[in-house]
Amino acid sequence: MRKTGDVVLDVRNISLSFGGVRALSDISFDVREHEIRAIVGPNGAGKSSMLNCINGVYQPQQGTIALRGRTFRHMNSRQVAEMGVARTFQNLALFKGMSVLDNLMTGRNLKMRSNLFMQALRLGPAQREESEQRVFVERIIDFLEIQPYRKTPVGRMPYGLQKRVDLGRALAMEPQLLLLDEPMAGMNVEEKQDMSRFILDVNDEFGTTIVLIEHDMGVVMDISDRVVVLDYGRKIGDGSPEEVRNDADVISAYLGTAH
Amino acid sequence: MAFFLETLFGGLMVGMLYSLIALGFVLIYKASGVFNFAQGAMVLFAAMAMARFSEWIPKWLGFDNKVLANVLAFGVALLAMVCVAWVIERLVLRYLVNQEHITLLMATLGITYFLEGFGQTLFGSAIYKIDVGLPKDPVFILENTFAGGVLINKEDLYAAAIAAVLVALLALFFQKTATGRALRAVADDHQAAQSIGIPLGRIWIIVWSVAGFVALVAGVIWGSKLGVQFTLSLVALKALPVVILGGLTSVPGAIIGGLIIGVGEKLSEIYIGPLFGGGIEIWFAYVLALLFLLVRPQGLFGEKIIDRV
Repeated sequence: MRKTGDVVLDVRNISLSFGGVRALSDISFDVREHEIRAIVGPNGAGKSSMLNCINGVYQPQQGTIALRGRTFRHMNSRQVAEMGVARTFQNLALFKGMSVLDNLMTGRNLKMRSNLFMQALRLGPAQREESEQRVFVERIIDFLEIQPYRKTPVGRMPYGLQKRVDLGRALAMEPQLLLLDEPMAGMNVEEKQDMSRFILDVNDEFGTTIVLIEHDMGVVMDISDRVVVLDYGRKIGDGSPEEVRNDADVISAYLGTAH
Repeated sequence: MAFFLETLFGGLMVGMLYSLIALGFVLIYKASGVFNFAQGAMVLFAAMAMARFSEWIPKWLGFDNKVLANVLAFGVALLAMVCVAWVIERLVLRYLVNQEHITLLMATLGITYFLEGFGQTLFGSAIYKIDVGLPKDPVFILENTFAGGVLINKEDLYAAAIAAVLVALLALFFQKTATGRALRAVADDHQAAQSIGIPLGRIWIIVWSVAGFVALVAGVIWGSKLGVQFTLSLVALKALPVVILGGLTSVPGAIIGGLIIGVGEKLSEIYIGPLFGGGIEIWFAYVLALLFLLVRPQGLFGEKIIDRV
């Protein structure tokens, strides 16, 4: 069991609807420092909507989200990114025409201080900054074992590796909180094992807190500390993997009730 | 032979100017994935601003120095284009984040009509001239090789040089700087770009300003050749076959495409034109573009889009 710390992300009574469709109703949970927190649930349960609320893509109609004690309601993704939150996407959203290296370098954007004119004139500080960031990005490339693809346009890489690049770009931001939207969707067993290993390593080596959505219950049970279960936009379970697995509501949501 | 070379050079010069306009399209497409219909209107607007301010500024400030007037007018016109970029981001683009590309395309169509009308309201609709002092006299080269030499228009030569330098600088900016990288990132995926903290608004203002700058340079050069009038916005239509040929996503493609179209239409007019009774210069570029669309829709240097099914 990992040592987890204080609450870093506190989600309180979040409700979100699109027109008449209730995507989330009254969801509350918290995420502790250094924790791997999974969000599970059947299709359409509201998992991605929840992640998008935390990420500032959707503005929930009710409720608050507090990040390290700072409450926010109306924030866009960029402001959330500035607060140290990075994410990956369920359906890859990489910069397809750009190389792996460039994709990861964009993740360093917030760390760059030189302005447009310094870059355009190729002044010393801008060049120095670029090579500093490059060193960091190369470390991530090594970490994710994608060295042979450094200069390959991402669009030409196999799917499993693109998922890795997506993770790499998020890691390049040196996030304190990492949101992973189905990092293992569409992967085979071997790729899933690799990805699980990377997620555990990130958590271990960088101390990054991770919130992850995943369908593969085996993986969830293996790597997460605590699990939130959603069904039809409501929270039906919250606790350690064992507790959740034995919860009557959760079992009926997944397997149906006996009549 | 001398005549062939003369035609060839003439084509290259015109082609360089086509490239300059095509570049405006490519810049905005690369950075926001939008085909900017308003590029022609921006060229017209910029050229009108330049023409009128170079006339007004000496009057307002009471001096009589053409170089100074032109420099100041260029500065003010550039400022005007940056303002246009800022207003477009503020009033239009900001509300269209994460929307379909077709929505953005329609928005630029609206911007076209607005800019054309607003420009004429502001600067008047007469024909104005821009005189930046490009030498008009022709020169002869290769006089030793051919009898009578090859005639080249000096003005075209300067214009081509300016265009070439501009193009080289922009290519470097896009490929080698962090901001250039952020611009390309925004083009590929708005949402992902935002999630890693790239400020979309600022990026859009930068790219529309750069496109405005390119429009201004194109407007000044074309304007000093043809005079500043409404038809200037139609020159931009010639840039469409250029981007189809070169590829919408490629800065070098815009240049090569421009040169091919420029040379192609001049040479074809001279050598194949008589077969069709002449006048093929007008439509040659479009036919070429059509053929390209059939054979290689992504253009010579464009990114090949592979959709996984």
